[in-house]
Amino acid sequence: MLRVIVRRLLQLVVTLIGLSALVFIWLRNLPGGPIEALLGERATPERRALLTKALGYDQPILVQYAKFMQRLVTGDFGNSIRSGDPVTEVIGRAFPATVELAAAAMIIAIGLGVPLGYLAARHRGRLLDNLSIGGTLLGISIPIFFLGYLLKDVFTQNMHLFPPSGRISTGLDNTDITGFFVLDGLLTREFDATGDALWHLILPAITLATIPLAVIVRITRASVLDVLNEDYVRTAEAKGLRHKTIRGRHILRNGLLPVVTTIGLQTGALLSGAVLTERVYNWGGLGTLIYDSISGGRDYPVLQALILLAALVFVLVNLLVDLSYAFIDPRVRVR
Amino acid sequence: MSDPIIQPTVGAQRESVDPSAVTEKREGTLPRGLDRLGERKRARLEQLAQATADKGGVSLVRDAFRRLRRNPTAMVGASIVALFVLVAIFAPLLAPHDPAQRFDELTKNLTVDSIPGASSEFPLGSDPLGRDFLSRMIHGSRQTLFVGVLATLIGLALGVLVGALAGAFGGWVDNILMRFTDVMLALPALLLAISLVAMASRSSQWTVILAVAIVNVPIFARLLRGSMLAQRESDHVLAARALGVKRGAIVLRHMLPNAMTAVIVQATLTLSTAILEAASLSFLGLGDPDINRAEWGLMLGVDGQRYFEVRPELAYFPAVAIIVVALGFTLLGEGMREAIDPKSRR
Repeated sequence: MLRVIVRRLLQLVVTLIGLSALVFIWLRNLPGGPIEALLGERATPERRALLTKALGYDQPILVQYAKFMQRLVTGDFGNSIRSGDPVTEVIGRAFPATVELAAAAMIIAIGLGVPLGYLAARHRGRLLDNLSIGGTLLGISIPIFFLGYLLKDVFTQNMHLFPPSGRISTGLDNTDITGFFVLDGLLTREFDATGDALWHLILPAITLATIPLAVIVRITRASVLDVLNEDYVRTAEAKGLRHKTIRGRHILRNGLLPVVTTIGLQTGALLSGAVLTERVYNWGGLGTLIYDSISGGRDYPVLQALILLAALVFVLVNLLVDLSYAFIDPRVRVR
Repeated sequence: MSDPIIQPTVGAQRESVDPSAVTEKREGTLPRGLDRLGERKRARLEQLAQATADKGGVSLVRDAFRRLRRNPTAMVGASIVALFVLVAIFAPLLAPHDPAQRFDELTKNLTVDSIPGASSEFPLGSDPLGRDFLSRMIHGSRQTLFVGVLATLIGLALGVLVGALAGAFGGWVDNILMRFTDVMLALPALLLAISLVAMASRSSQWTVILAVAIVNVPIFARLLRGSMLAQRESDHVLAARALGVKRGAIVLRHMLPNAMTAVIVQATLTLSTAILEAASLSFLGLGDPDINRAEWGLMLGVDGQRYFEVRPELAYFPAVAIIVVALGFTLLGEGMREAIDPKSRR
């Protein structure tokens, strides 16, 4: 087990070093070169010379790379071009919003997807099954930003059920501790703030959940169908075990293994989807930050940090998923 | 992965045994003169040659194609795709107007909060610049097909190159190439596409196509490598190696064609995601800046978003078109996967 962890961690380090090298190459090949990209409109010959010296771009490329890595390791990503604030601070402000949204979306996707996939498999070929297959196909074919606009149009413009955008109503005096508004409300016992934050969270979370939901339903269904044909399920039935026991101990426990992997892989889809969803609902998280760093004059220091952060989160989540496998499935430990 | 790709050929060979050949053989074993035996043998060879010429073995492709034709979902997908391609080919004939022309009778009715709706002359009304929306929708099929197909083909070509190199050589080549795909896969698809687009000083249709293509490279590479590695130790490769077939020929003639089926299925599925990804890039303002270009993703992502409250039809029509086409490619791709590997059928 320890060997597996060490090996996976080493692989992770290699991936991240590779990625940082790519980001380094990427930064150096930006239109007009890195100095121009960093200075943008403020570029003057003196500033250019100053920054070239400060960042060490007049030194050999390997020295530059070493310095670049040194800055990365120490968490020094420089300042945002747009706001002038340190990049770490800018990202730190937006991070909780996206985590809150992604977590809510994942809760919806798993909470609905697993039971739906299971039921579809149990009622294979019947109406419920066909509906869920049709639904998942539609779910992966719909551009999610369009779905976002559609939901917003129906539920806020026409029915006035949900707030149109933002994370919390303006004028609500909520205490900000962690940046997770739902959690903050609970911690400070400002339950009106929790309710309001949840109210704002529902539509964006549903929008973001579509693709993971569709994938989870499909994987659950396929995997449960596999398990249903296994001998041990038939044996359990022949032994006269109760349905509930067979479902919990035999079918779901084995059938959900591939679903766990999928959940890890869907973090990537969530990060991609967040860029689109946050734009529709003006959410103010990392997705909005990515959008702003691209369209409002390219903010390369922020973008660079966001790329590395996204990869780090994705790789770490998948590592955790793989390791948790060993706890869920004893057979993995043998390897 | 167990190898579903080469297994069906076993069954296929069994079917190709000719029952008449068996009885013929029995006659041939009767004691006769030597020259007579030679003659018989020649006749028998000719007969065999004829038999295989007419019938052939049922090849994997033909077998899969037969299954595909019987699969209703695949046929629905194929019909949608065929219709889409036909509309794209005949777009200039089908469209009532020039998609780039601005009509005075439409532009004079354009205001901040209203865009002219349907009329007998313009069945779907106007777009925000006073152009015929129906014609733009019809011409949009062309550009959408162009972006989707090109992005997929470029991604496929690069992915096949990387995957084939990794799968053919194994060892350190494989290791380096796969670490490279790991790095690319570690980035969420859209974020990778955004970073790639950001490398261009100005976005254009080509930056979109290339970005979407490159995002798909590691997926194709991994898939091809996997199915090539699965074949390295398989019997037909072993047989070829034992016969002294050159390494290059084994890779190109024996391993690659067998491994490609899975990749082609993936390419069909990628056509649908490529169109969706291009639409997402347009939505984020990173798409093609050409205002005359009619492409569904662009129409949905730019005008559809901007004028959603004024005239939601500007979003609905391209959105529905994209959904239907994406669905078509997905259904066809899934049908193909089931046809090639009947075990995956659920």
